[in-house]
Amino acid sequence: MVVEHDLTEDDVDRIFHALADRTRRDVLGRAIGREQSVSALARQYDMSFAAVQKHVAVLERAGLVVKEPRGREQIVHANGPTITQAVALLDQYEQLWIDRANQIATILHTEKE
Amino acid sequence: MTVIRTVKDPEKLTLTIVAEFDASPERVWDVWENPRKLERWWGPPTWPATFTRHDFVVGGESRYHMTGPTGETHAGFWKMIAIDKPARIDFLNGLAGADGEPDPSMAAMSGFVIFEDIGDQTRMTAVTSFVDAAQMDTMLAMGMAEGMTLAVGQIDELLTAAAV
Repeated sequence: MVVEHDLTEDDVDRIFHALADRTRRDVLGRAIGREQSVSALARQYDMSFAAVQKHVAVLERAGLVVKEPRGREQIVHANGPTITQAVALLDQYEQLWIDRANQIATILHTEKE
Repeated sequence: MTVIRTVKDPEKLTLTIVAEFDASPERVWDVWENPRKLERWWGPPTWPATFTRHDFVVGGESRYHMTGPTGETHAGFWKMIAIDKPARIDFLNGLAGADGEPDPSMAAMSGFVIFEDIGDQTRMTAVTSFVDAAQMDTMLAMGMAEGMTLAVGQIDELLTAAAV
C-alpha cells in the first residue's frame, strides 16, 4: 500500500479534533459504506437533531464525511477512497473476532474446571 | 492473550485472526461443531446467537439468529463447504431474510478455519473473505457493529489510509 502524506498540520488538527469525540467516531462508522440522512442518524442517538447536525458539521470540516442535500433531507456519506472504508470496516470485524476468540477461551476454561 | 495476531488486508478484503487456546484441537473443534457451545461465542456479547439448525456435514447448512439488547433479531446462515476433523473447516456465512432463509440478494462471506496442535495448546487461524465494502457493511449492520466504534488507537491507521 503506497502512502502519501499530503495533509497539512491544520488538516491533521481538524481530523484529530473530529475523531476525539466518541459520538463523532460512531457517526463516521455508521456513515462508512452506507450513506445516511442526518435525521436517520439523529434517531440513533439520545441527543437532539441540532446536536447531531453539529457533530456532522465537525466531521465535514475535517473532510471525513460529505453532506449533500437530497429532497428535504441532508445525506451524509463517508469521504474517502474505498480502501479507507475497507480499513475501517475490517477494524470492526477484527474486534468482532477478538471478542469471539475470548468467548471461546472462556468456554474452554470453564469446561476444564 | 488469546489472540496472538490479526492481519487485515484492505485490498484483498480479508481478515485473518490467529488465536491460541489451552486445549486440544478436538476440544477447540467442539466449540464449532456443538451448536450449544457455538451459540455461546458466535454472537457479540450484546447480541447472543441462537442456532436453530446446525448440519455440521459437508454441504450441510445452519440457521441462526442473533438477539439484540432491545429484542430485535437478525438472521443468518452457514453452508459447510469442507470439513476435515479436527484440522480444517471451510464454510459460507450469509444473511437470511425475515423468514430465516438465505437472502439471495447478498453474497455470503467465505471463510476457513485451521486448527493446529502446537504442544500444550491449539492454534486456531480463522480467515474471512469479503466481496466488497457494501457486503462488509451489511453484515456489520446485523448487529455486529453495536457498541463497536473506531478505537482511538485505530485513528492512525485510518489517517494513513485516508492519505492513500
